[in-house]
Amino acid sequence: MLELILFSSLNGVLYGMLLFMMAGGLTLIFSMMGVLNFAHASFYMLGAYFGFEIARHLGFWPGLVLAPVIVGLVGALVERYGLRQVHKHGHVAELLFTFGLAFVIEELVQMIWGKLPVDYRVPEALDFVAFTMFGTTYPAYKVFMLGIAILMFLSLLWVLTKTRVGLIIQASLSHPQMVAMLGHNVPRVFMMVFGGGCMLAGLAGVIAGPALVTQPSMAALLGPILFVVVVLGGLGSLTGAFIASLLIGLVQTFAVAVNLSLSDLLHFISFDPNAGSVLADLWRVTVAQIAPVIPYLLLILILILRPTGLMGNRES
Amino acid sequence: MRKFAIWPIAASVLVILPFVFDSGTSLTKMSLMCIMAVFALSYNMLLGQTGMLSFGHAVYYGLAGFLAIHAMQVFGGSASSIPLVMIPLFGALTGLTFALIFGWVSTKRAGTAFAMISLGLGELVAASSLIMRSFFGGEEGVSSDRSKLYMWLGLDFGAQIQVYYLIAAWTFIAVAAMFAITHTPFGRMANAVRENPERAEFVGYSTQMIRFISFCLAGAFAGIAGALAAINFEIMNALSVSGAQSGAVLLMTYIGGVGHFLGPILGAILITALQISLSDYTGAWMLYFGLMFILVVMYVPGGLAGLIMVHEPVWRTGLLHRLVPSYLLLAVPALICLSGAVGVIELAHHALVKAASEGPQMLLFGLGFSSRAWLPWLCAIALFALGAALCRVVWPKVKEAWSEVHKQMKQALV
Repeated sequence: MLELILFSSLNGVLYGMLLFMMAGGLTLIFSMMGVLNFAHASFYMLGAYFGFEIARHLGFWPGLVLAPVIVGLVGALVERYGLRQVHKHGHVAELLFTFGLAFVIEELVQMIWGKLPVDYRVPEALDFVAFTMFGTTYPAYKVFMLGIAILMFLSLLWVLTKTRVGLIIQASLSHPQMVAMLGHNVPRVFMMVFGGGCMLAGLAGVIAGPALVTQPSMAALLGPILFVVVVLGGLGSLTGAFIASLLIGLVQTFAVAVNLSLSDLLHFISFDPNAGSVLADLWRVTVAQIAPVIPYLLLILILILRPTGLMGNRES
Repeated sequence: MRKFAIWPIAASVLVILPFVFDSGTSLTKMSLMCIMAVFALSYNMLLGQTGMLSFGHAVYYGLAGFLAIHAMQVFGGSASSIPLVMIPLFGALTGLTFALIFGWVSTKRAGTAFAMISLGLGELVAASSLIMRSFFGGEEGVSSDRSKLYMWLGLDFGAQIQVYYLIAAWTFIAVAAMFAITHTPFGRMANAVRENPERAEFVGYSTQMIRFISFCLAGAFAGIAGALAAINFEIMNALSVSGAQSGAVLLMTYIGGVGHFLGPILGAILITALQISLSDYTGAWMLYFGLMFILVVMYVPGGLAGLIMVHEPVWRTGLLHRLVPSYLLLAVPALICLSGAVGVIELAHHALVKAASEGPQMLLFGLGFSSRAWLPWLCAIALFALGAALCRVVWPKVKEAWSEVHKQMKQALV
């Protein structure tokens, strides 16, 4: 039991930090431009594929550095030549633009790398067991991922709160006109933030690619969860996004480990539901099986109890 | 009375179409177009009329479809006297019921938050559809036989032509009802909520209530579309509640145009036709859809209907012929650019996907060449660049023609 709790918490925190690498950028972009970037998970996927392609030719480490930079550049270009054009048509058009972009990126990835998962491997330097506890091993690569994620979190915190750039970004969040008056190029700040957010998503993709599966559906699988995180934390709140990321990460990891069903529970209070009914599936399904649904259930729950999300204070 | 003349015309078009296009495939195509038109219109009640962007509208379409399939199974064998023509009512009720439940949660918020909640709900249902296998039938879905139901007026709906008329009749009813709703005080209030929710609140309406009612009505009409789909295909699978289906209806509606009532119908017809025919020609047709959607969002936010409707006042004043020369002038570089883009996409698709199994030889625009050689690539890119550059040169001419027309229209008014 202790073993389960320890490893699940470790994996949960890891997954949560990975989610935050994306949700953080997404939240920053949202607070700044008011547009929820539907293609954010696609940039994560691009990061994984670019990392794979670079790893094939130059090795894993150059990929770790180059792939996020390339993804960030692609993101900046998308903002400059796509989103900025659409901006005049309003937020719905911007959201739809990113929606279309996600669609196109998935098709392109399928075209270039095929529909099947690619063989993106953990680098040999990190392919060993970090530690053994209660007879279960923990791979070093996961420790490395956790390290990168925490490093990135700390540097984001540092940039936003301690540097001049962070000051300007924070000011442009709330008072873009005033910042422009002071002589800063606000559209360029927007472009940088968008590119930076995409870069973080790309970095998440590079390090997650070898651990999870690098396949064309990885964006579509992760995207909705990402939006749950952002809404759950409260739209526009970085702290909320951080808490929600960890919460979703832990809940999903623990849920997978629990092999209990509703009918077990009902048996416990000596009640036997009708096994032949259409709802029989609902009774027999285990917590592990509904793990993918839990984030959405959490989302609905929080919206009923607290419509602005955990830390949010704005209406839409 | 001229206002209502469109309805008899539309009805007679629906009746006459099968006599013009009488092959089996075109009957299936037209049935599908009708279903998608209802679905897209129901979606536009949210996006176009009330300004609510939903990423989970397929939930109501799909769930209604599944319930309709189950209803057809239940009523099929038994001696009940419920004919097939009544099945869409079950669909509408199912759509309405689920919209009542989910709408209560999701319409509490507007704007981006509503969009995200609809996405979450859509994913919730899509994920549940894989868990609840006995209702959703797992991967192979649930099938049923429409001809087993109670015979009404001696119709057994075995032949596609009978099914087409059933679908067309329901489409007509649903479209007319949705049009009527836009002209009720409620429809107007929905528009007010879209345009300026704050003022709508000040007038004394609860914007949340208006959103909720819109959501329920949209769910009910999506349910009709879902039930019609169940009748048409006699099978439903988990794909129909998925995010892909929600995305498809959004694409259709937006490309058709959200600003005009007819827009979604146009979009549904065009996209369905393209979906069926384009997939025969190219493996990259999904990519074309995505690019088309992005182009519409970037340059033609009013969609096809919006593009057509800007010409309506020009046509009325009889000045449309003034625009034709500049349009023809624009058409040439636009076609060059398009053929270049198609060339690049097809070359890439062939070189990356097909060349491994079929060899590098390919056929495009009646020409045979190797997708690995550099010359075709160069030609395609050059065509694209040339077309794009020429478009930029010609575009001011179109603008000039427009401003000329505007000037004349103003003079005509004075």
